[in-house]
Amino acid sequence: MIGRYVLRFAALGYIAALLATPVGYVFGKTFGHGFWPAWHGVATPDAVHALKLTLIIAAIAVPANTIFGVLAALAIVRHRFPGAGIFNAVVDLPLALSPVVVGLALLLLYGRGGWLGGHHVLFALPGMVLATMLVCLPFVVREVVPVLREIGTEQEQAAATLGASALQTFVRVTWPAIRWATAFGVVLGTARALGEFGAVSVVSGRLAEQTETLTLYVQDRYQAFDETGAYASAVVLALIAVTTLLLMTALKPKEETR
Amino acid sequence: MAANAQALPAPRARRSAAPGLAIGLSTLYLSVIVLLPLAALASRAHGWDAITSAQATSALRLTLLVSLTVALINAVAGTAIAWTLVRDRFLGQGFVNALVDLPFALPTIVAGLTLLTLYRDVAFTRWAILLALLFVTLPFVVRTVQPVLLELDTEMEDAAASLGASRLATFRRVILPNIFPAILSGVALAFARAVGEFGSVVLISGNLPFKTEVASVYVFGRIESGDTGGAAAASVVILAISCGVLLTIGGVRRWATRHDR
Amino acid sequence: MRRISLALLLALVFPALAAGAAQDTKLTLVAYSTPREAYGQLIPSFQKTAAGKDLSFSQSYGASGEQSRAVVSGLDADVVAFSLAPDISALVQKKLVAQSWNKDKWHGMVTRSVVVFVVRDGNPKKLKAWSDLLKPGVQIVTPNPFTSGGARWNVMAAYGGALRAGKTPKQAETYLTQMWKHVVAQPASAREGLQTFLAGRGDVFLAYENEALFAQKKGQPVQFVIPKATILIENPIAVTSTSKHKPQAQAFLNFLRTKPAQRIFAENGYRPLVKGVTQGLNFPNRPQLFTIKYVGGWAKVEQKFFDPRTGIMAKIQAASGG
Repeated sequence: MIGRYVLRFAALGYIAALLATPVGYVFGKTFGHGFWPAWHGVATPDAVHALKLTLIIAAIAVPANTIFGVLAALAIVRHRFPGAGIFNAVVDLPLALSPVVVGLALLLLYGRGGWLGGHHVLFALPGMVLATMLVCLPFVVREVVPVLREIGTEQEQAAATLGASALQTFVRVTWPAIRWATAFGVVLGTARALGEFGAVSVVSGRLAEQTETLTLYVQDRYQAFDETGAYASAVVLALIAVTTLLLMTALKPKEETR
Repeated sequence: MAANAQALPAPRARRSAAPGLAIGLSTLYLSVIVLLPLAALASRAHGWDAITSAQATSALRLTLLVSLTVALINAVAGTAIAWTLVRDRFLGQGFVNALVDLPFALPTIVAGLTLLTLYRDVAFTRWAILLALLFVTLPFVVRTVQPVLLELDTEMEDAAASLGASRLATFRRVILPNIFPAILSGVALAFARAVGEFGSVVLISGNLPFKTEVASVYVFGRIESGDTGGAAAASVVILAISCGVLLTIGGVRRWATRHDR
Repeated sequence: MRRISLALLLALVFPALAAGAAQDTKLTLVAYSTPREAYGQLIPSFQKTAAGKDLSFSQSYGASGEQSRAVVSGLDADVVAFSLAPDISALVQKKLVAQSWNKDKWHGMVTRSVVVFVVRDGNPKKLKAWSDLLKPGVQIVTPNPFTSGGARWNVMAAYGGALRAGKTPKQAETYLTQMWKHVVAQPASAREGLQTFLAGRGDVFLAYENEALFAQKKGQPVQFVIPKATILIENPIAVTSTSKHKPQAQAFLNFLRTKPAQRIFAENGYRPLVKGVTQGLNFPNRPQLFTIKYVGGWAKVEQKFFDPRTGIMAKIQAASGG
């Protein structure tokens, strides 16, 4: 009995010290002077453009990664092909990549003198989308693969013997089983895409109102000693990510939560 | 099953395009997005003294040491937190649950700025690096262990308790083996993240060569000094090492679940 | 599927919209981070003049070295304005800026500043000269000269300060080694450095006067002293050779050296190139002011001090820990 309380307070204490305090600090800094200064901090044209850009990048990178994620999960689990193991390992690779390395690799590939250089990929939207796609790549795959493994092929094979095409099987049998895993992967990928800073900062060129994302804007505001603006923008990013997560949790069917 | 397949060959024939498409498209995507940039990186790596210099090995050692420490702390703390979120009931539990995902949602640069101001007494020391990394890796083990705990049938635990096992023994013999693979997955993720972390560490660590300079900051320094070849070389080495550790953890995980196959 | 098509459509349309909106000629300014506010005032001023009437600007601000590297990697620019001349020389090497960029009467510069000591309230450790930094227990914060090109001004100011105090070059190098033992943090950039210092680290932060003045303007509790011997920081600006609007870009550069423009720079903390624009502002003269030429000129200095393998600072960094 005591053990339960000890564990509870230990766990909550850890979270409070490590997590709640910084988060509380961010909110305190944002709203320290009241709501309207915070609002003005994020309602600047630069901030609005930065937010739009961040959302556009996420709107391209996340769906692309979702399609890839589902296809790749199907490929890895259902279709044994030579190199599936390596494929799986490469999919996980972005998790081990430092943003500095990502930026450098993209710079070397698409920059002047690189193999694919000179096509206006870098310092423009395409480069930033590519960087975001890279860092967000694993999330959907990782969520869907275990589910696919778990549900097994019985239902799909049954559908096939009943004459369903691959597409019909996918839509009617596979997708309903993996959609929540996919959704969760999408949420994680979106949060990652919104918060991406390191790699994007290398390939963005920081053209105000063109290639400055909201995270870059946070850095810029902080460096201009505009703390309210910086933290308010950070709060916007965090709120979007957390909202997506809460939506997901709320929409999840009851039998999947305890 | 085989009898069915032989009795109805037509559906099989219709399915044959789908696997190829899935494999082909996803391999193409993977190659363009991940492999091609890394190949460009590896091709420009040169100047091995960027890796063998004392400063580089010092940064690497520090990074590996801190990342392993962080991974281990997370193994314990993450499991404890997951347990509290699943098995316990208290006011505000849902709020705490949502809070755990915040390190995912906060840009790393914000984490760095915040930690710098909050914990200025430990700033620019190795403890600061530990702190920053613990913050950004907090969700990993929690989120891999939580679903497993949720699925876990309490029958076995009740059975063990009714047979007289202490809570600790129950945990060790019944629960831990079931969540161990999940803990390992989370540890691997936390480790990988810690090794590459830049945004939150660069501000709070002070970047003192040999004392508080981590691998990602070292690579950054190489880039800034115009030594792109050396930066690429260092990146390749760091990547290889963290992949090695990840593969080892994955291997241990497969060994631990060998009886589940 | 529809979501994806919409997103792709947006991705294609967005840049097209941005391009289409530019009816006027658009100049791209790639600059280091500090003068962002200054240019925020200068560009509208320029656009009120006859030369700037039909010009619009695209602006990019970031760390000087990073911006320089971005231009080398393909970031299109018409005007480049960096913290120190070597960042422009890097472009000259790649034929992105003409070799004659600094052959005008301003030697390619647009603003000036000096290296200062940012100290704690009341300067409790009485840090006034370079020799004071070696007092026992003094903790120094300076940006890392290998991640922040601007930090090289600090190193050369220290070196030149030692020379001015009568030391030989060898003794001045020893001074640098001893000084570096007092460095307790090397943030990646100048601005980060100031924030590190304001967060409580160190007794002194080596900064540029314009940075310190900017921070004061923003309400930060910054106090600084200017040592008698300090280096004159000169910030360069150039038109790129790849610019498609060279006459307009040059017109902008010319504007920046006029009195009204220099006054705006001065109000933002920079020491101006021209006389007669500093009324009401305080830019104390320093008796032992010297330029980069006094310590050998950038070309020599880059190689002798900042070569990543053989430079004096590289050796000092390597020896400081290990």
